[in-house]
Amino acid sequence: MLAEQSSSPPTKIDLAGSRDPSDRIFGWLAFGAAGLVLLILGLIAITMTNRASSVFREMGLEFFTSKRWSPADDKFGGLSFIWGTLYTSAIAIVIAVPISLSVSLFITQVAPRWLKMPLVYVLDLLAVIPSVVFGLWGVLTLATPIQSVYARVHHAVDGIPILQSIFGASPQGRSFFTAGIILSVMITPIITSLSREVIETTPANEKEAAYALGATRWEMIRGSVIPHSKGGLVGAVMLGLGRAMGETIAAALVIGASIGQLSINLFSSGNSMPAVIANEWGEADDLHKSGLIALAVVLFLITILVNVIASAIVRRSMARSRGANS
Amino acid sequence: MIDPTAQAALQLRSRPSWRSTKNTLMSVVMVAGFVMIAIPLVAILWSVIARGASAAFTGFPAFFTSEIPNISRKAGPGMGPAIVGTLLITGGATLLAVPLGILGAVYLHEYGRESTFARLVRFMSVVMTGVPSIVMGLFVYVMWTMTFGYSAFGGSLAMSCLMLPVVIGSTEQMLRLVPANLREASYALGATKSRTILTVVLPAALPGIVSGALLAVARAAGETAPLLFTIGAATQFNPHLFEGANNALSAQIFVNANSSFAGAQDRAWGAALTLVMLTFAITMVARVFTARFSMKR
Repeated sequence: MLAEQSSSPPTKIDLAGSRDPSDRIFGWLAFGAAGLVLLILGLIAITMTNRASSVFREMGLEFFTSKRWSPADDKFGGLSFIWGTLYTSAIAIVIAVPISLSVSLFITQVAPRWLKMPLVYVLDLLAVIPSVVFGLWGVLTLATPIQSVYARVHHAVDGIPILQSIFGASPQGRSFFTAGIILSVMITPIITSLSREVIETTPANEKEAAYALGATRWEMIRGSVIPHSKGGLVGAVMLGLGRAMGETIAAALVIGASIGQLSINLFSSGNSMPAVIANEWGEADDLHKSGLIALAVVLFLITILVNVIASAIVRRSMARSRGANS
Repeated sequence: MIDPTAQAALQLRSRPSWRSTKNTLMSVVMVAGFVMIAIPLVAILWSVIARGASAAFTGFPAFFTSEIPNISRKAGPGMGPAIVGTLLITGGATLLAVPLGILGAVYLHEYGRESTFARLVRFMSVVMTGVPSIVMGLFVYVMWTMTFGYSAFGGSLAMSCLMLPVVIGSTEQMLRLVPANLREASYALGATKSRTILTVVLPAALPGIVSGALLAVARAAGETAPLLFTIGAATQFNPHLFEGANNALSAQIFVNANSSFAGAQDRAWGAALTLVMLTFAITMVARVFTARFSMKR
């Protein structure tokens, strides 16, 4: 029946009336607007690489392997910032993933119907708080009291070989770990809402089958929901990872802004690619600006890569579950 | 003698099995996850309201109308120029991104459908939502600010780059909900394709489109990173979109949060409260539109 497959516009045969010029112009305008997406992405890659080319040419591979960032002597080694970006987003993911998964399972499988909407509403609220407000709270409210927590943890593991360097001394409350905490709060709503969507595609009959075999709710989740949504959940986490890597302002405020810090000490102050750009831009001269833009190019490429992989995974798993449903 | 089956049943009831204990345990873990995420939300909102209200509402409406003190050590009110700047920049970005985003979505759903080009654009626009806002800011700096200098419009450009893929995504979802027989009815009356889209399809999807666009605006209004390179840092009112350095609430919060002076920090909290109220208000309006849309269906 026609009404059944109503959602897509009529294909093949063009039912529209005679095409006068204004009709054709409208079509081209729409085409142009859609093409704008590709144009902007292309221009970002070209113009920024071009602007940063002097630094890339000067530094060569050293841009990625040296941690010496000294704009005063025209030395731009970005390794410590790349490390900071990866380290803080890894911390954020480790904190955010269990929380997001349990929240999205709670909303979709456990919570009574009347509770669902308020819970989703709370998460939406968290998602619209501007990142600079997270940063402000992190630097003025969280950083000072959390330093004593860091000091206590460091004291507790002091003398144990590897742990004492991971949970090292904390010179101040602003650190990789503080940034990781703030980032995890910021990406939790994103991961949660994506995984909720994925989990909700689990077919009801698979869940009912598990119950019919006598499974408890948790066994049903482990046996039906998780295997069904695994791919989509991985994609959701990767999209969260991309967000955490690119988050600038909150990280810039709480990471401590120290240069050349290539440490595994969670509590040491450091820097990440977006944070150093935001913090140093104001007093940068021309070449220094090129160095910062070069960092932005690297950041752009990494986040594009992460996002392409993540959205491909999400799309594939969504398509597969839609196929299973029909 | 006790019936053995009854005894077994009795035991099952009195001593919960490991399986059901585990089930309860995992439910508790899930609730705990929710508590973990509610704590920072409450803590942040509490700080913003408690510390922001005293800064923003003492001597009302001075905070909202006076200029920003040009010495950050100075205590006292003033965020007016940043409020005007935020409204100006966000308004400009909305005027750029929303019409273009809607047009783009119209292409994807009404013209391109499943063509290779449309699928590529659809995929890349999802990817584009993941491009860090700071990259957009630097992009506009290279493309616009280096030639034309600081202005609110530079900020609008950067912000609209962030909003564009979001508007495209939400609009296309709404277009998908418009029944095909509406389009066919319009074609049957002899309407051209563009006329059908403008007078039938878009009006039918309008509440949903508006709601999606407003959520994108709310998100963009709080963005800081794209403004750091494009708008400058004026402390006086500048109502011009295209001329002269401007300021924004988010950018001013960033500057003041780095300051060690109590006066500047107080102003940052006041500005944070103003910004949170603004974004929440836009989100509320979006919700009203969503509610109306779902009622209609």
